Amino acid sequence: MIEVKDLHKKFGKNEVLKGIDLNIERGGIFSVLGPNGSGKTTLIKCILGMVLPDSGAISVDGKPLKNNFKYRNEIDYLPQIANFPGNLKVNELIAMIKDLRDSKATKDEELIELFKLQPFLNKKLANLSGGTKQKVNLVLTFMFDSPLIILDEPTSGLDPISHLRLKNLIFSEREKGKTILVTSHILSFVEEIADEIVFLLEGKIYFKGTITELKTKTEQPDFEHAIASILSSSYA
Amino acid sequence: MLKILKYSFYDLMRSRWSYVYFLFYLLLGVVLLFLNNDLSKAVITLMNVIIILVPLIGTIFGVMYYYNSREFTELLLAQPVKRSSIFLGQYFGVATSLAMSLVIGLGLPFVFYGIFNSNAIWDFTLLLVTGGFLTFIFTALAFVIALSNENKIKGFGYAILLWLFMAVIYDGIFLMSLLYFEDYPLDKFSLIATMLNPVDLSRVLILLKLDISALLGYTGAVFQKFFGTSFGLLLSFAMLIVWVVVPTFFIWRIAKRKDF
Amino acid sequence: MPNFETILKKTLHIFTLVILLFATAAAMGKTINVCSTCEAKTIQEGINQASDGDTVLVKKGIYKEVNIIVDKSIILLGENLPTIDGEDKGEIIKIVADNVTVDGFKIINVGTSYTSDYAAIRVIKKNGYLIQNLQLEKLFFGIYLERSDNGKVLNNTIKGDAINEYNSGNGIQLWYCNDVEVRGNDVQNVRDGIYLEFSDNIRISHNLSRNNLRYGLHFMFSNNDIYEYNTFENNGAGVAVMFSKFIEMKNNVFKENWGTAAFGLLLKEINDATISNNVFKENTVGINLEGSNRVTYHNNDFISNGWAIKVRGACYANSFKENNFLYNSFDISYNSNINDNEFDNNYWSNYTGYDLNKDGIGDVPYRPVKLFSYIVNRTPETIILLRSLFIDIIDFSEKVSPVFTPDNLVDENPKMKPIKHDRS
Repeated sequence: MIEVKDLHKKFGKNEVLKGIDLNIERGGIFSVLGPNGSGKTTLIKCILGMVLPDSGAISVDGKPLKNNFKYRNEIDYLPQIANFPGNLKVNELIAMIKDLRDSKATKDEELIELFKLQPFLNKKLANLSGGTKQKVNLVLTFMFDSPLIILDEPTSGLDPISHLRLKNLIFSEREKGKTILVTSHILSFVEEIADEIVFLLEGKIYFKGTITELKTKTEQPDFEHAIASILSSSYA
Repeated sequence: MLKILKYSFYDLMRSRWSYVYFLFYLLLGVVLLFLNNDLSKAVITLMNVIIILVPLIGTIFGVMYYYNSREFTELLLAQPVKRSSIFLGQYFGVATSLAMSLVIGLGLPFVFYGIFNSNAIWDFTLLLVTGGFLTFIFTALAFVIALSNENKIKGFGYAILLWLFMAVIYDGIFLMSLLYFEDYPLDKFSLIATMLNPVDLSRVLILLKLDISALLGYTGAVFQKFFGTSFGLLLSFAMLIVWVVVPTFFIWRIAKRKDF
Repeated sequence: MPNFETILKKTLHIFTLVILLFATAAAMGKTINVCSTCEAKTIQEGINQASDGDTVLVKKGIYKEVNIIVDKSIILLGENLPTIDGEDKGEIIKIVADNVTVDGFKIINVGTSYTSDYAAIRVIKKNGYLIQNLQLEKLFFGIYLERSDNGKVLNNTIKGDAINEYNSGNGIQLWYCNDVEVRGNDVQNVRDGIYLEFSDNIRISHNLSRNNLRYGLHFMFSNNDIYEYNTFENNGAGVAVMFSKFIEMKNNVFKENWGTAAFGLLLKEINDATISNNVFKENTVGINLEGSNRVTYHNNDFISNGWAIKVRGACYANSFKENNFLYNSFDISYNSNINDNEFDNNYWSNYTGYDLNKDGIGDVPYRPVKLFSYIVNRTPETIILLRSLFIDIIDFSEKVSPVFTPDNLVDENPKMKPIKHDRS
C-alpha cells in the first residue's frame, strides 16, 4: 500500500528524516509513534505530498508521488489542527470538500448523525468550539471511502463519548480491509487500536512490529513501560 | 482552480473586512461627490487614494488572508487538488473580491451622481481599471511574501515595507537620481524607472488622462512619443499585465516547491 | 369690392416708390455686370468700365485672373459666390483706392513666393475699405492691409494648407494700420491666424482662429488694441502679444494649445494691459509671462491647464484677482524666489483649507507655487513624478517653510467656492 524508500528531509540545518524505509501492506491499523521532533508529522506529510522530500521515493498503491496529485483520491486525511475558513457554514464546508473530490458516494449523513452535528450545520465555522470543529474534521475525513486513512492526533479535544464512537469507527473501517495510519500521544488509545506500531527516533525507524513484539524486545510487561524503556535507553 | 477560487471568494464575500473595505469606498465616493459637488476634483482626489490605498489594502489583505487560512490550506493540500490550483485559486479569490469591493463601492455613488452623462466617465473608468490592476498586483506580491515567510510578523513587516517602498521611497530615490544626473538625457531612464514600479506606472497611466496638457510640455522625443500617442497607454497597460503575470508565476513556483 | 379711390391711392403709392428707387440708384452710381456672356467678361474689365460709386456685380462662375487692380471707389460684389482662381500665379486683388468694398467671393490658389508676400487681397495705403464674406482657400497670405486705416474686415473664412512656417503666410495681416475692425472671421491652417504689426486702435472680435501653425493671434509693437469674444483653439503656440502697450483682452477662449512651446497666451514685454473674463482651458501653459508689468488679470477661468500661469523673468506689479484656478497640474510657476505680483481673492481648486467663520474666504492663506514646479523648471524629466505621494510630501514641507519658492507669494483670501463670473 505505502512504500517509502530511503527518505531524507532537512528543514534548514535540521535533518528531520535520515533515511526512512517503510513498507506498509494493505489492511490493518498502523500507529506511528515517537517523541516530539522525531519526524512523525513530517513522514505523514511526505506521504500526503505536503512536504517534498530531499531524496528518496514514496509510492502509494504502486504509484509514485512525484508530480502526481490524483493519488490523494485514495487517501482520507485528518489534520492535527482543524481550522477552516471561518465564514463558511458547516454544511457548506462539507459540500465544498465533496465538490473538490468529485465524490458522490459519501456517508456524511450517517457521520453527522453519529457525532450529533445536526444543530451545528447552519453555523459558521468560526463560532464552533474546538471539540465540535474536531468532529466536523472527523466527518470530513471519514465520509469518503478511500482505502488509506491517515489520522493525525484524532482524539484531541473529543469528549469521552465521541472518543468511543471514533474508536468504533476506526475498527469498522479496518473491518472493510482499509489501511489506517494513526499518530497519537495517548498510548492507551494506541495500545487499544493498533495492529502494528512504527516507532520513529531521531529521523529513523527504530522499531516496526506488533505491540507484543515490542514488549518482548524491550523485556517490559506493558506497552507504556516498553516505550519508556526505548526512550530512556536512547537518551541514556 | 476555479473551485478553490469560488470558495475563497464566497468565504471573503462574507467576511467582515470585505464589507469594511466596500463601505469605506462607498463612503469615500459619496463624500467626494456629494459634499464637494465637483466631479473633476473628485476624480483627482480619487486618483491619490487609489494609487496609495489600493496597494496598501491589497498587500495587507493578501498577507492576512494567507496566514489566516494556513490550516485550511493544509486541509486542501491533502485533497486531490493540484497545489498550484490551491494557491492561485486563493489568490484570485482574494484579489477578485477586493477588486469588486473597489469597483462597486466607488462605482455606485458615481453612477448615482450621473457619471454616465459626464465627460469624466473615461477618466473614472480608467481609475477603476487601474485600481483593479493594482489590487491584483499587490495581492500577488503579498502572496509571494507570505509564501516565502513562515513567520507571520516577518511577513507583515515585509509587506508593509514593500508598500512603503513602492509608494514613497522609490519615488524619492527616483527624484534624487533625476536631479543628480540632470545633465544627461533622462527621458528613457525615467520611463523605464516608471515601468518598474506598478504604483508609478498606474500614476502615469492616470496622468495621461488628467494632466496631458502638462506632460506635453516636455521636449524629449521619447516622452513625446510616449505621452503624445496611444503608445504610452498601450505600453502602460502591457506593463501592468506583466506586473500581474510575473508575481503570479512566482506564486505558482514557490507553491510548487514549498513544504507545509 | 374695393372702390376706385383706394385703387388710385395704391397706384400712386407704387409710382412714388419706383421713382424714389430710381433716384437712389442714380445717386449710388450704376451697376456693371460681369459674366461670361456679359459685356464685361473679366472682373478687371468690369472695374475698368466703372467709375467711383459704381457697383461691379460679378455673376456666378469661375474667373481665372490675377493682379486685379481696384483703383476706383467701387463696390465689387459677388453674386452667389463666384470663384476667382489665381492659378498660383501671384497676388489676386489689389486695392489702391479709398472706400472700396469687396464682398462675396471665393478666392483660391494664391501664388507662393519666397521673395514677395502674395496675398489673396491687399489694400495699399488706402482708407475706408470693407472686406467681407470672402472665402479664401489655398492661399499664401490672405488679407493683407498695409498702411491703410479705418477699414473693416468682416465674416471672412480663410482656410489655408500651411505645413511649414517658412513657406506659409498669415491669414489676416495688419501692418501700420489704425482704427480697423476685424470681426467674425474664421481663420485656420495658416501661419499666424491674425497678425498685427505697428497697428493701433484695432478692434478684433468674434473671430475663430484655429489649427494655425504658429499663433492664433499675434501682436507686435501695437498699442491700444482690443480683442474680445474670440476663440483661439489648437494653434501651434497659442496667442502671442509682444512689445505692446495698453491691450485689452476680454472674453476670449484659449484652448487646447498643446506642445512643448505652446501656451494659451504669451505675454512678452507687455505693459498696462487688462486681461479679464477669458477662459484658458487645456493648454500646456495658460499664460506665459515674460517681462510684463502692471497687467491686471481678473475674472478669468484657468481650467485643466498644465501650468495655469508661468512667470519668467522680471514681471512687476501685476495683479491677479478673482480668477478661478481649476484642476491645473500647476497653478503658478516662478523661476525665481522673488515676487512683486499680487494674488488675492482667487478660487483655487487645489486649496485644502477651511472656513470656520463661514465668510466664503478660506482661513488659511493659499500658496499657489509648489516646490515641485520649481523642480520641474530645473529638471523637466521630473514631470513624470507629478502627483506622486513623495512629491506631495516635499511640497507640503516647502509649504510649511518656503525656501525655494517666493515667501510672500500667497493668496491671503482664497475663495472657498468657484467664482461665478458675470459674462454677457
